[in-house]
Amino acid sequence: MANFILNGESISVDADPAMPILWVVREKLGLSGTKFGCGIAQCGACTVHLDGEPVRSCSTAVSQAEGREVTTIEGIAGPEGELTKVQQAWVSEQVPQCGYCQSGQIMSATALLRDNPSPSDADIDAAMSGNICRCGTYTRIRRAIKVASGQVEPRTEDLSEEA
Amino acid sequence: MNDMSPEKTEKSKLGKWSRRGFIGAGVLAGGGLLIGIGVRPGNPISSLAPKVAGGAGEQLVNSWVKIDTNNIITAIVPHCEMGQGAHSVLGQMLADELDADWANVRVMQAPADGSYVVTDTARMFLAPFTLNAADWIEPTWNGLFTQMARMADAMITGGSSSIRTTGQFSMRVAGASARKMLIGAAAESWGVPADEIVTRDSMLSHEASGNSAPYSEFATAAAEQPMDQTPTLKTRDQYRLMGRSKARTDIPAKINGTAEFGIDAAPEGLDLSYAAVVRPPVPGTEAISMDAGRAEGMSGVLQILNMGNFVAVVADSYWQAQQAVNTIAIEWSQSASPVKTMDDQFAVFAAALDEAGETGGSEVAARGDAQSALGEAATTISAEYRAPYLAHAPMEPLNCTAHVADGKCDIWTSTQVPLMARTEVASTIGLDTDDVIIHHPYLGGAFGRRLGAEYVAMAARVAQTTGYPVKLIWSREEDTQKALYRCADMSRLRAGLDDSGALVAYDSVFTQRHDPAEASVPAMYDIANTSVRAAEAELHLPFQAWRSVDHSQQGFFVESFIDEAAHAAGKDPLDYRLSMLTNAPRHKAVLEKVAEISGWREPSAEGTAKGVAIVESFGTIVAEVIEVDMSSGKPVMTDIWAVCDAGYVMNPDGFRNQIEGGIVFGLTAAMYGELELKGGAIVQSNFHDYQMLRINEVPNIEVALINSGDVPIGGAGEPGLPPAAPALANAIFAATGTRVRELPIAKQFA
Ligand code: FES
Ligand code: FES
Repeated sequence: MANFILNGESISVDADPAMPILWVVREKLGLSGTKFGCGIAQCGACTVHLDGEPVRSCSTAVSQAEGREVTTIEGIAGPEGELTKVQQAWVSEQVPQCGYCQSGQIMSATALLRDNPSPSDADIDAAMSGNICRCGTYTRIRRAIKVASGQVEPRTEDLSEEA
Repeated sequence: MNDMSPEKTEKSKLGKWSRRGFIGAGVLAGGGLLIGIGVRPGNPISSLAPKVAGGAGEQLVNSWVKIDTNNIITAIVPHCEMGQGAHSVLGQMLADELDADWANVRVMQAPADGSYVVTDTARMFLAPFTLNAADWIEPTWNGLFTQMARMADAMITGGSSSIRTTGQFSMRVAGASARKMLIGAAAESWGVPADEIVTRDSMLSHEASGNSAPYSEFATAAAEQPMDQTPTLKTRDQYRLMGRSKARTDIPAKINGTAEFGIDAAPEGLDLSYAAVVRPPVPGTEAISMDAGRAEGMSGVLQILNMGNFVAVVADSYWQAQQAVNTIAIEWSQSASPVKTMDDQFAVFAAALDEAGETGGSEVAARGDAQSALGEAATTISAEYRAPYLAHAPMEPLNCTAHVADGKCDIWTSTQVPLMARTEVASTIGLDTDDVIIHHPYLGGAFGRRLGAEYVAMAARVAQTTGYPVKLIWSREEDTQKALYRCADMSRLRAGLDDSGALVAYDSVFTQRHDPAEASVPAMYDIANTSVRAAEAELHLPFQAWRSVDHSQQGFFVESFIDEAAHAAGKDPLDYRLSMLTNAPRHKAVLEKVAEISGWREPSAEGTAKGVAIVESFGTIVAEVIEVDMSSGKPVMTDIWAVCDAGYVMNPDGFRNQIEGGIVFGLTAAMYGELELKGGAIVQSNFHDYQMLRINEVPNIEVALINSGDVPIGGAGEPGLPPAAPALANAIFAATGTRVRELPIAKQFA
């Protein structure tokens, strides 16, 4: 039995202690927002927070989560689904293309902004270079992080429902 | 520019369309209006379709719109959403023509289920109305049903074609027709002239009589109205949604983990098992024997299957299946291919080019007399260029969930070709296509890879063998090493310059000709004598169209070589190009604009230089300038500018996102993309050795758009890619004097 706190809820699940958190969360607990991209800690698609720190869940055994807090993309919004600043910025900057990498990108960016409320370009590079986006949304990710941290204004282009 | 106004162009295009298309309408179960649009085979507007469909031979576009009793308007589109934003933009186009309230427009993917298409929808679509169809439809129900079934099999997403074909010729027409029918129904009911009725935000109103009503009130009655096969479409000054950067409808689900991709399939009521697979390391070989002793005892393992051209382990979890399959020792049959290394592959190409010589091979394009002009030129230059094999590497690994039971097969997968996948599954496991049901949610990237459906057929075979539902996932290693590929290629180019340095002769011969036909031809430039030829050479790895297809190599070959000619002439490479664009005003304007926004004429810092390239692909002209800092000896990109002319852009922000993505995709290939061979098998395996550009390597990208107007609109998904590699290589030459004639670049400056 693995016991940990998932998005604020205590969980007991029957899983091989060596099984990566990624597969426990996806297959045994039915939370599919955390993605498989490489399985070898190279792409960041599987990023979750373990006691608040970003980790690659494809390469972190569930035994390491014992008694600790795991947060996935499903667990970051407010109780009524209120979007975080990072998520809001991802919408205003229209970041995602296919969207497959974006759970991991948002988890990495969320951790960055918690530790560093006003990251420089170099800080963003350091925190985000473990997350590949095959669709190439990097310039938007950078901008969205700056929007979320209040360093630049959200886009003012016509994105409203009013024509 | 010619003298046709945009309105005239759109009208004439539509005229052409209407002779080969049809519109039908019917009443929805429970009330409401359903309108369908079809385009028949052979229509020139969809000529791109079969190229990416692998020669299916039929080219059709189809879509539906429904207006329900709650005034919700749903656009049912045949295209998949793989990150290109097509769902949203197609909805915008339909909603605009319909004067719909954007907040209450939904976009739904057409189900890839033939029975839906052939029976339910078609019946609903046809039964209650007087058929006012074009003359090509066979005058029988069955004939029409057959046509629709065939239409459905051609349902594909690729070729940067969703907006410019389905959008322009189906969505807009459906929207405009629906609007006209709603007006007709309201006019009858209110007893007022139709042309006095105003539509806006999904409401009908008539000022003089004071009547107004939501569309839903007349949706059912509208089905009885005559259909206009050629409704008048809006002119640009009338657009309210088209041309605007409306927020994409798919983004909210992509930021909170709720967007469902193929790999997330969790069909209700099914207890899934998971399969991991090993395929032959060398194409065309098979598993002769295997030792699965260790795997058998591993926890969670349910079944070990030797399927001939692959081995699968089925287990309680994917992770267990993958661990187990990794332990199996497999003996593979020998490959007959003479190619064991990339040197061997390039030797095959070189032999083909040698055989073609200076005049052989099949002619792709010819103008004037290139051979004589080369002989008479004051200066000649020549070069050989190479490009490697590449994997598509979509972020979502290939996967498919299959359940075979009671003579039926359910499939959940990310695919660009749901109905071709359906046909493939049916023929592989011996079912009727009607008994195969494809569920296909969002794609986590595709880039051409998901035009192939072998992974879908594999899952069906495994599920047929097990009898219980299985989710089959390829590891990243399988996807990198044993998939389908952008082909390697080689090109030999020669150019002749006159006394003034002007390009008077151009000749190229290369080995890989797929699509588009014009990719290798520098047609926009004024070169009096041009000869482009293709030689044939065998590929060791199986081919699959890869984002921008032949443009991905030819953009690099042609635009690098043009740059070589500019330098041989002692001219500024951008001015040199401009001087050859006297018959291509749109290209010229694009190039002038990129010079302006990039500060091309201002000097760069020490060790830094800019390079330029311009390529037209999929109907869109894109020029890019890349600035590179070579002061460390390694290329560091410091700024990127792109200018695009797609004629008209339906959603500028969505378009820019695609161009940015195309540039990053092209630069990833330019910097790192390479698959090497050892013993005929691919060496690279995962992102540690098949590298992607990362955020720290991608500088600011500025994308400017030109809506030049009176031309058919161009694509967005692919055209950003082709100029990226040559612009970078040309910048490196400007900074260092070293000409890059082979990709990838990074290792040459390690
Ligand atoms: S799947 Fe974990 S880093 Fe790629
Ligand atoms: S949005 Fe597709 S991989 Fe990042």
